Amino acid sequence: MRWFWFDRFTEFESGSHATSVKNVSLAEEQVHDHFPGAGTMPNSLILEGLAQTSGMLVAEYYDFQERVILAKVPRLRFHLRAVPGDTLIYRAKIDSIEESGARVSVTSHRGEELQAEAEIIFAHLDRHAEQRQLFEPNDFAKLLRTFGVFEVGRKPDGSRIRMPAHLAEAEARYRSQAQA
Amino acid sequence: MPTQDEIFHKVQSALVDALGVDEDEVKPEATLVGDLGAESIDFLDIVFRLEKSFDIKIPRGELFPEDILTNADYVVDGKINDAGLEQLKKRMPFADLTGFEKNPAVQDFATMLTVQDMCNYVASKVDGKA
Repeated sequence: MRWFWFDRFTEFESGSHATSVKNVSLAEEQVHDHFPGAGTMPNSLILEGLAQTSGMLVAEYYDFQERVILAKVPRLRFHLRAVPGDTLIYRAKIDSIEESGARVSVTSHRGEELQAEAEIIFAHLDRHAEQRQLFEPNDFAKLLRTFGVFEVGRKPDGSRIRMPAHLAEAEARYRSQAQA
Repeated sequence: MPTQDEIFHKVQSALVDALGVDEDEVKPEATLVGDLGAESIDFLDIVFRLEKSFDIKIPRGELFPEDILTNADYVVDGKINDAGLEQLKKRMPFADLTGFEKNPAVQDFATMLTVQDMCNYVASKVDGKA
């Protein structure tokens, strides 16, 4: 199992910005075990949620063909502790994006309050240096559906973001193998 | 058009933010890797900051000509040959390669770039835009 550190996207504009939601629950082990007796969402995992939100946004720009990895967090600041019952709203905005990587600004809000803010640098791994995939394509396609990328995702012209052909083909292959 | 001083201060600010160093460490003669501790991923960060700060576009390979450093025509036994040095000088008129020429080992290339080289590069880009 992988850990997913946000629940779903609520806004996603290709090449520009995205918003996602993270509901903090006492049912999550990391929340009740981090500081026993004082339920807290660990800051490191809030950063991971911000990175997952913005990493998806960066990856979509190149049709999920690049292998996007978090390379650096030049700036990170937490203003509030996130506790069970909180709904965190993660916002990511692309400042720069190019062939070799991207720079994004991210924030986490609890209601109107700024909970955390950061800058993140993503690098695109060289496609030719190593062929190992970061995700199995069918699993990745499922993940994108789970996060609601295609429900809320829009291109700058307002048209819907659709499953890229290479991932749709992987899903079709998986279905036909499962039926065989 | 910004003055040399204005360019230096903007480059200084970009390096302070990207590398987490103090302002007074960012002197013109400081090397990015040796003195300021820049690692390869920091260069991507620095390029993004300079592009934003000066409203310029820095094409991949222009500031750090990786293609020359990995070209078998120009690299023999880990050192840049004469033809490669000529190419580097053409591509990097902003950099002082005098010291590097004495022992042009590829592995040392990244360590010789200074803050002043970066200011010269930005000045050439800003000039070209005007």
